[in-house]
Amino acid sequence: MAKLSMRERYSLLTRDLDWTPTYVDPKVVYPYTRYEGIKIHDWDAWEDPFRLTVDSYCKYQAEKDKKLYAVIESFAQGQGHLHLTDARYVNALKIFLQGVTPLEYAAHRHFEYLARHLDGPGPRFAALCQSIDELRHTQTEVHTLSQYNKYYSGLHSWSKMYDRVWYLSVPKSFFEDAITAGPFEFLTSISFSFEYLLTNLLFVPFMSGASFNGDLATMTFGFSAQSDESRHMTLGLGALKFILEQDEANVPIIQDWLDKWFWRGYRLLSLVAAMMDYMLPKRFMSWKEAFELYFEEQMLGGLFPDLEYYGIRPPRHLEQAITEKDYMSHQVYWLLYTFSHAASFNTTIPTPDELDWLSASYPDTFDRHYRPLWDRAQQLADSGHRFFNRGLPMLCQTCQIPMTFTEPGDMDTIAVRSREFRGEHFNFCSDGCKWIFDREPEKYVQAWLPVHQIYQGNCGGATIPEVLAWYGIQDGADNGEYLTSPDKASWDQWKASAQSGGT
Amino acid sequence: MSTTGKVRQVGVDLQDSEDTHALVDAIEADNPGAEVVHMPGLIRVTTAGELVIRRESVQEQLGRDWETHEFQMNIVSYFGTIAEWDDDKIVIKWEH
Repeated sequence: MAKLSMRERYSLLTRDLDWTPTYVDPKVVYPYTRYEGIKIHDWDAWEDPFRLTVDSYCKYQAEKDKKLYAVIESFAQGQGHLHLTDARYVNALKIFLQGVTPLEYAAHRHFEYLARHLDGPGPRFAALCQSIDELRHTQTEVHTLSQYNKYYSGLHSWSKMYDRVWYLSVPKSFFEDAITAGPFEFLTSISFSFEYLLTNLLFVPFMSGASFNGDLATMTFGFSAQSDESRHMTLGLGALKFILEQDEANVPIIQDWLDKWFWRGYRLLSLVAAMMDYMLPKRFMSWKEAFELYFEEQMLGGLFPDLEYYGIRPPRHLEQAITEKDYMSHQVYWLLYTFSHAASFNTTIPTPDELDWLSASYPDTFDRHYRPLWDRAQQLADSGHRFFNRGLPMLCQTCQIPMTFTEPGDMDTIAVRSREFRGEHFNFCSDGCKWIFDREPEKYVQAWLPVHQIYQGNCGGATIPEVLAWYGIQDGADNGEYLTSPDKASWDQWKASAQSGGT
Repeated sequence: MSTTGKVRQVGVDLQDSEDTHALVDAIEADNPGAEVVHMPGLIRVTTAGELVIRRESVQEQLGRDWETHEFQMNIVSYFGTIAEWDDDKIVIKWEH
């Protein structure tokens, strides 16, 4: 028999395996695809440009896994944990394992739901592949990063921390917002906004940062995961265009979701901005440069003119994101620095070289507004009073980030927006987060805000040591200042023994 | 947003690997004016308007058989739309 073309194989192995139910009303088989107001007339119009079939999916995924596990073995055999630029770098991995890996698992579960509940066989199969991918990402991230867990603090108990720790409620609440929405909003939020629109801002800097800092392990799982990511991006963009093409009435609904999920995703990425500019011992690109390249050039310059055809405009509150590219990372890293006594990672003051790099990368803002903060922090540290903020911060009801962002363009005034709902008072970090709350107040009043929970007595006790114990954070090792941490002490010892001939 | 006068860029980010070097050579041969930028661990190829990857050109560079599905092993990210992906070629461009 002659070899079938990709097109024929896809048609036979994906589309042709579907059937139309006759004993049961299709609306009973697929009950969740009508209540959001999205109108779909022809599910067969969904195109998967990859034309992926189950046999080729398995073949290439197996190959990716073989490559990855070969690298993990040689990493362990070659003492890969010693090859980093500096032990400080591992703190970026701690945030990744605590905050991103659990999202991969949540994505695995929700794509499995879509793989059952979307009406068309094309999108169901694409969702099934993505569900398996996300589980693979969870597993490979845990396996690779466990290599570091043998030698560095803060990498244990990551899944417990994801459920409990204050800064991890930011990614957790973001994703739970998405999976508690309907299937079409989920596709818009995660598949399109996160996986297509914003993904490069998260993964490409992480992978290049890993490569630049000698982190073979992260680079390997990162590239292995990213090779699936192009399929996920395609699913996201494909989903959006499919929905827009099905019915004109879908356009305003999609625009509204896009407005919401751009801002949700962008606020989440402020943690990545801080990581890029402050937590990589060797830096290759600032947050500002990454935002300009991956968002302004590629998305605003490339994608949005394409979407204009459907009547979609760039997202609401975009101007604020563009204004903030000059200072967002400084505001967020200062927050992490001053609250790291309650976090499962270490922070420290940037070195003089790094301060100069920040000045050069942010000529309009850094020397005037942020270098003086670090000079003051250095004076305090030199006099034996490393600065930690001992209070509990007010959180934004929507993104759950402490109130640290300023009025757009005014770096001296913390922005706070407020409103009443059902007799209660709620606070927000920005117009974007307030706008999101205003759309669905009944949803966001249910937020599990870590600070409120501590005050209500739900987090192990009223003192910091009690709360840290409940978080699973080992006080004096996992948290606080890097220069006095066990990670730094071990690193110095390993390096010293290498220099003197080794033991 | 105005699109007049300017041809929009499309591009791919690829893992920096031996196979990718052959792929990049093939892309450069088939897409005159392609720009290649090296970043840590990554190679980024951009073109104006459209980017084509042809199976035959890649095979010639690799010196072995190559199916277009295998491109998944190299790709890290892309921008543009995957307009075509069949047995002989992959085309990335903006649609509208």
